[in-house]
Amino acid sequence: MQRNNMQAVFERTPILKDCPTHYCPGCGHGIAHRLLAETIHEFDIVDRTIGIAPIGCSVLAYDYIDNDMLEVAHGRAPAAATGMKRTNPDKIIYSYQGDGDLAAIGTGEIVHAAHRGEQITVIFINNAVFGMTGGQMAPTTMLGQVTATSPSGRDALNQGYPLQISEMLATIPGVGYIERCALSDVAHIKKTKKAIKHAFKRQIDNEPGLSLVEILSPCPTYWRMSPVMAMEWINQEMVKVFPLGCLKG
Amino acid sequence: MSPRTLMTGNEALAEAAIIAGVDAYFGYPITPQNEIPAYMSKRMPEEGRIFVQSESELAAINMVFGAAATGKRAMTSSSSPGVSLMQEGLSYLAGAELPNVVVNIMRGGPGLGNIAPTQSDYFQATRGGGHGDYYTIVLAPSTAQEMVDYTQLAFDLADEYRMTAMIIADGVLGQMMEPVVLEKRPKRKLPAKDWALTGMKNQKQKVIKSLYLPEGTLEEHNCKLQKKYKKIKDKEVLYEQDMVDDADVVVVSYGIVARSVRSAVRKAREEGINAGWLRPITLWPFPSKQISKAAEKTKTILTIEMSCGQMVEDVKLAVNGKVPVEFFGRCGGGVPSVDEILEKIKHYAKK
Repeated sequence: MQRNNMQAVFERTPILKDCPTHYCPGCGHGIAHRLLAETIHEFDIVDRTIGIAPIGCSVLAYDYIDNDMLEVAHGRAPAAATGMKRTNPDKIIYSYQGDGDLAAIGTGEIVHAAHRGEQITVIFINNAVFGMTGGQMAPTTMLGQVTATSPSGRDALNQGYPLQISEMLATIPGVGYIERCALSDVAHIKKTKKAIKHAFKRQIDNEPGLSLVEILSPCPTYWRMSPVMAMEWINQEMVKVFPLGCLKG
Repeated sequence: MSPRTLMTGNEALAEAAIIAGVDAYFGYPITPQNEIPAYMSKRMPEEGRIFVQSESELAAINMVFGAAATGKRAMTSSSSPGVSLMQEGLSYLAGAELPNVVVNIMRGGPGLGNIAPTQSDYFQATRGGGHGDYYTIVLAPSTAQEMVDYTQLAFDLADEYRMTAMIIADGVLGQMMEPVVLEKRPKRKLPAKDWALTGMKNQKQKVIKSLYLPEGTLEEHNCKLQKKYKKIKDKEVLYEQDMVDDADVVVVSYGIVARSVRSAVRKAREEGINAGWLRPITLWPFPSKQISKAAEKTKTILTIEMSCGQMVEDVKLAVNGKVPVEFFGRCGGGVPSVDEILEKIKHYAKK
């Protein structure tokens, strides 16, 4: 094959390992991992960055993102991040958490890390469902959404409304920056990258308060949709309950 | 001799942790250990170290988890209900093999129980406490001075074996004031923390985790942990004993109770009864061999606890039917008096 005049225009970022992921086709984690890895690479901070992997689909994030990482119990990442950052103020500490992790079992930890104004960066993946355990209802599940534990669709009277935890967190003085983004198309992915970079930049610049980027991310498998439909569902339905934009900072 | 300072057991323990070089303390208020966080909230900033009051014991143990993962010396303290909440974290710390020190100033249970002194968390402490096949090193001081000495030892043991070293004491020991000598004990030669997460400066990625999914890998990890536990059982047992060789009754007890037992045994001897005592200092590893040896010469082993009978099970396992193992305990905050213990010694000596 003639390759002489070929030029690489898009390459794997060095902070991502050269291996396939276990994620389902159309899953958003792969994109989010890439944006995160690009950010760490572009700021040239891998020598002082420690990530925290959650429990959930992305528990194996350390198999894909090539930086030092700690795996913690479900929901406890903001507490572990507190212990890390307080004892290592020169390090860049981030947690990567799903909606079950951050908005259900770890609600206390994220609220109080925010409340104390911990200088950490939180990447919060909201795909409106518990993925790893088989598509159960999450606090962020949409009304009417059918899941393994809301077979008739989420009913507000019985199961409550989708929890807008980023809006809740934005009311806390200890929070420095919160933005909600989406991985639903190229334009939104670019905005997400910008937000992740800002959330890291704040920590690098030692700006006060917790930084959090909520990312609406597709889960075609448990939304029972094609990858394309899942992307469209974010733009058409999820953003109605989880409006995009900067909530604080 | 170094000057003696009058301190509560809790404060002595806290100062000892500072002497041991603790980098960070994380904790949540609960009686009867509140002197520890109060003391740390003042002393740690003075030393330029970290104190954080957490929102829960769950958070406290996970803050310890995060700090420990970076190679720092981290600790938390609590009392029984709070330590129950920490069990999730303790299991993860065992799986991830992270060194840390946890203090349990025990109170009455189950449930909210009361705030009186007990020894009713023996099972929880010595059986791992959380899910999975694991142990924690458990040290049981019986004086404020031992709070100083064994707290320092706990940090070294935790670092050497990359695991939790727990100190269990009761509310009396925590709150009673006694003179202590605040001396730095000789530090062990410890392995370098080359596993610690520091960022990838000139080195490959490091991951600290407790998940082992591929078939066979968790079994391998479990076996590795068991090998470590066996080494600790062989090397780190601490106990003391007296007048055991000619004793008809050997009294086994730990912590604060062991002090009353010592007095009772002395009184028994004065009355011509051949009694002796043995005190486990490490509750895990348990001095099973030493108790087994004592059982070869004596007629009865009497176990005294501030519980309904927990350590007595380990004593029975150690004695393995050689002689009768009797038990006397007070529970729910009751403390066995010297006279009560003496009465029991006399009773079993006559048998």
